[in-house]
Amino acid sequence: MTSLLSGWGRTAPTAATLVEAGASDVPALLRQAIARGVIARGLGRSYGDAAQNAGGTVLAPLTGPTTVARAADGTPLVTVAAGTSLHDLMATLLAQRLFVPVTPGTRYVTVGGAIAADIHGKNNHRDGSFGDQLVSLDLVTADGRLRTVGPESDPALFWATVGGMGLTGVITAATLRALPVESAYVAVDTERVPGINELVDRMRAGDDAYHYSVAWIDTLARGRSLGRAVLTRADHATADQLRGPAARDPWAAPRGPRIAVPFTPPGLVTRPTVRAFNEVWFRKAPRHRVGELQSIAAYFHPLDAVDDWNRLYGRRGMVQYQLVVPDDAESAVTEALRVLADAGRPSFLAVLKRFGPGNPGLLSFPMRGWTLALDLPASPALGPMFRTLDALVLEAGGRLYLAKDSRLSPETFDAMYEQADDFRKLRRDLDPAGVFQSDLGRRLQL
Amino acid sequence: MLNALGEPQSLLLLGGTSDIALAVAARYAESGPLRVVLAARPGPRRTEAVTRLSALGAVVEALDFEATDTASHPALVEQAASGGDLDVVLVAFGVLGDEEQAWQDHDAAVRLAQVNYVGPVSVGTALAAQVRRQGHGVIVFLSSVAGERVRRSNFAYGASKAGADGFYLGLGEALREHGGHVLVVRPGFVHTKMTEGRDAAPLSVGPDEVAEAVVAGVADRKELVWVPAALRVVMSGLRHVPRPLFRRLPL
Ligand SMILES: Cc1cc2nc3c(=O)[nH]c(=O)nc-3n(C[C@H](O)[C@H](O)[C@H](O)COP(=O)(O)OP(=O)(O)OC[C@H]3O[C@@H](n4cnc5c(N)ncnc54)[C@H](O)[C@@H]3O)c2cc1C
Repeated sequence: MTSLLSGWGRTAPTAATLVEAGASDVPALLRQAIARGVIARGLGRSYGDAAQNAGGTVLAPLTGPTTVARAADGTPLVTVAAGTSLHDLMATLLAQRLFVPVTPGTRYVTVGGAIAADIHGKNNHRDGSFGDQLVSLDLVTADGRLRTVGPESDPALFWATVGGMGLTGVITAATLRALPVESAYVAVDTERVPGINELVDRMRAGDDAYHYSVAWIDTLARGRSLGRAVLTRADHATADQLRGPAARDPWAAPRGPRIAVPFTPPGLVTRPTVRAFNEVWFRKAPRHRVGELQSIAAYFHPLDAVDDWNRLYGRRGMVQYQLVVPDDAESAVTEALRVLADAGRPSFLAVLKRFGPGNPGLLSFPMRGWTLALDLPASPALGPMFRTLDALVLEAGGRLYLAKDSRLSPETFDAMYEQADDFRKLRRDLDPAGVFQSDLGRRLQL
Repeated sequence: MLNALGEPQSLLLLGGTSDIALAVAARYAESGPLRVVLAARPGPRRTEAVTRLSALGAVVEALDFEATDTASHPALVEQAASGGDLDVVLVAFGVLGDEEQAWQDHDAAVRLAQVNYVGPVSVGTALAAQVRRQGHGVIVFLSSVAGERVRRSNFAYGASKAGADGFYLGLGEALREHGGHVLVVRPGFVHTKMTEGRDAAPLSVGPDEVAEAVVAGVADRKELVWVPAALRVVMSGLRHVPRPLFRRLPL
């Protein structure tokens, strides 16, 4: 069936044949691949064109069972089908007093998408990214072979696939380490921070003491308030910390969305609405509060309460710009905030996080340093500002996140990802006929 | 691929030496690396256009294009796409002709219809096949307000534009499910080589204003725009003026 597909940003839709299949059908499907190739798609939560394949085939999520076992050293290991959402995986794991090792800002991503983008969570500074928590993954490559690859058994293919945006093959299942927890709650410390310099200092000094850390920045604040933020850091709540509802139901799994945006309203995200929202949000946050119990959904996935919230950005859609710069390049973050504030572009809260050391993933995004993410309503007028930001990021030795990107040129991408050519070479050897193709792959000439 | 901000990586210009086509290419070249296929009659104007666009950093390829040689159009589109997907295609050829000759001289009338109507239908069909193959692509057709309500003073031209305008609007509907997007642009009087020496009508614009409207319309996935935008209102009024009165208007 021909379908028009776009990413979470709802920009640049293209048409492809969407195919539902089981894991065992994948080799046959690849053999029939027409000129424009195949790409796997998860829940379409990447913002840009990663899970699209104009004129070709797009493979819907592959479902299957989830099983938990113990490694020799007692580490819980979960084996899960690639099309399983983290929402469902969390429910399964919490029932066994376990949690996912890495969760992004939404539960509605698949395990396959999490591997392909090598996603990071608020614990990246301490646990690394999703790929770092994998024991192995099952991959159907262009030749139709199903291979189980791990960081030891086939490091080259493993680290090309982790962060490889689906371009090395179809991931059918994976085995990863799960995290034992004592409840489905986190104990959160919240503080209001008046500006970017204090924020950087506090995160640098204090993040390591916490399992999770993230700062929400008001991007419309300028001058001395530039980068004013609410810093929220947390640890999994221990059994003896539980009080009230949390004590009564310590294992409450996150529920589905509570409200929905049923249609696309025109232009809600404007400077006045965003300014008002950001102001209220900052004033409402406690100056300093410790040990507040929050559910997993409230702390990790606040946006998941609203179904299809991306529609709020209207028919033009939105763009997310997520950069990372090295640890000592925090001035680039400040400069980026200044460019954004000066441009007066309405961005709801931007997110600032500290990353730990990166991994060998050829196209993996994280590197030790600072990552800043901002959502903006898409507009052709953003081009020049983004190019200014690109130059700033490059100058600082940083890069942009492919799972969020929808606009980079191959030239800028290559300057950001030193191993881009290694990735291309591996792909030429592994997939000489170009069975795996995506719009992102075409755009960046991967 | 067209990116999230509506910036293409490749551009095919059919009628590639027109002032408007070159102004569009110049704008897109500003936003990033751009491959331009310039399809036009060979000659000094095309050579000059290639030089100009190359100087802006675009990678330019010139192909021979003759609007009335419809049999050659499918192969031409395929050749243009042999270097990669066509992200944005601008159908920008047309002739104005001499208004009075265009209905009194048989050859002139037929030729006008061939260049302005049959030619666009021919390339439109070939482009539609390419859009379906690649699953995406924007086709921009440069129409004219002259086609919106055909009037005595240039009805042969206006009628040819009206026909092609309707074809492209319909093509947009047909290609929607195949990932295609068609933008019909209706400028009023544009100061270009084509209109040199003619009296400018009210609300006249330059090629840059048309190019700006094209770029914005592509990014916004609009289906129909007027240049200047105010013409939309004017034309919507004119469309309903009774014939006896319309005949007397100084248009
Ligand atoms: C609200 C929100 C918050 C987010 N927060 C974060 C965050 O905190 N940290 C973070 O890292 N990311 C974050 N993201 C991005 C998101 O985690 C990634 O884009 C993720 O890849 C989406 O997974 P998906 O299942 O929706 O995959 P899709 O978007 O459908 O696909 C993403 C990529 O994965 C590939 N892929 C999917 N399944 C397979 C498979 N079976 N085999 C091979 N390749 C496959 C696709 O080809 C594509 O290249 C966020 C996104 C949203 C919308």
